[in-house]
Amino acid sequence: MCLAIPARIVAICEGGYPLAVTESGGVQREVDISCLLLDRPAEDLLGCWVMVHVGVALACISEAEAQASLTLWQQLDADLTQ
Amino acid sequence: MKYIDEFRDPGQVRRLAAAIHRLAAGLPDLSRPRQLMEICGGHTHAIFRFGLDRLLPPCIEFVHGPGCPVCVLPAAVIDQAVTLARRQDVILCSYGDAVRVPGSQGSLLAARAGGSRVEVVYCPRDALALARANRDKLLVFLGIGFETTAPATALAVLEAAAEGLDNFRLLSHLVRIEPPLRALLEDPQLTLDGFIGPGHVSLVTGTRPFRFIPADYRKPVVISGFEPVDLLQSVLMLLRQLARNDPRVEIQYSRVATEAGNVAAQQAVARVFEAAPLTEWRGLGSLAASGYRLNSEFRRFDASSLLPAGDGETPAVPQGDDPRAACGAVLSGRIKPDGCPLFGLECTPASPRGAMMVSSEGACAAWHQYGRARHLLATREQPDVRPTTD
Repeated sequence: MCLAIPARIVAICEGGYPLAVTESGGVQREVDISCLLLDRPAEDLLGCWVMVHVGVALACISEAEAQASLTLWQQLDADLTQ
Repeated sequence: MKYIDEFRDPGQVRRLAAAIHRLAAGLPDLSRPRQLMEICGGHTHAIFRFGLDRLLPPCIEFVHGPGCPVCVLPAAVIDQAVTLARRQDVILCSYGDAVRVPGSQGSLLAARAGGSRVEVVYCPRDALALARANRDKLLVFLGIGFETTAPATALAVLEAAAEGLDNFRLLSHLVRIEPPLRALLEDPQLTLDGFIGPGHVSLVTGTRPFRFIPADYRKPVVISGFEPVDLLQSVLMLLRQLARNDPRVEIQYSRVATEAGNVAAQQAVARVFEAAPLTEWRGLGSLAASGYRLNSEFRRFDASSLLPAGDGETPAVPQGDDPRAACGAVLSGRIKPDGCPLFGLECTPASPRGAMMVSSEGACAAWHQYGRARHLLATREQPDVRPTTD
């Protein structure tokens, strides 16, 4: 149940509470973005991919890290066969 | 889907499996299989769903850990929720899996069939919406989960407080992952060699709850993602640490998990909750400081104050698990699901006796769904027609 799903922020909601509309697999849903605003304004999240768990966005996905980990096995394999 | 398809690439999976086989062949003393515990139920499900256990050499074995909040939910908590749901002035809501967990008086779904108002919600904010729409009722949210889920619950309590939503109540069974891991590491019957760390707990906590494992027990930990490439990479990283005798906490799931975690989420949890002195876990008993309860500032939202007062040693609400079920032994990795006498016979996903057969992340449900015990079940279901020899 600790599943978090990747979703893209497609709109920042107006009003007092920090909410955004996210899209994942064609489904749009309002999520709480208050945990992502310590070091950035809400507008900066527009277009970002985030991990959403029970209605709260808990992390931004780093594309650079995603790409790096896809090639990590090559480095591991090289390390191990030395 | 972005960031999912890439991590399911069959070519990558094959190359990783081959690298694991190469490294495993060089490990010393292969007479004893290396046991790697995947802590998180989401990992257990992914391992079976993608058949990853079948890609490993025989000298490496996955052991399923306690990181499934539905699985560790004791029957007593369900009984408390059912007691509350039976009140005419209460609407009780929780997550879809939680309402199916059997208590000693049946599940919350059974209570709904009996006339109680029980609703399924996707998230704690949905519970707030129900509270707003039903101001003449008490809305009790059965909030379960590990550190991943605690922030959303804390934020809902903060929102209820800010809004003056005084008919909202929380029945909390939010728990921390570190205490059960310590309990398992102290268990002399278990010989775990390494841990696949829960990626989504770590989004919130960072690596802090896992640092004691290499520091105090000299076992490696790799925080992992949930796709096949993630999990096999994590196995490879664990084997590398074992081969080098260099245990530490590494992050494989670096696209989202960090050393520090989500500080704002940690602050929300710290603002609302405090450690409960003792929390009961299914199969693991009572563990000190292992659960969250509302602190004094927010205790007015605590649904446990609505429960009948306890009477000394005798709980005021009935408690109980099926005594024949081996949930605890499965949950702590001592036996596999097919070692339980109820598995697949009296306890099935359609009619679960234990919580691990309820959640798709439970080891029992995963074994059942993905046919790991098909041969065993066929044997069990057939009457014994062998001639007697005496």
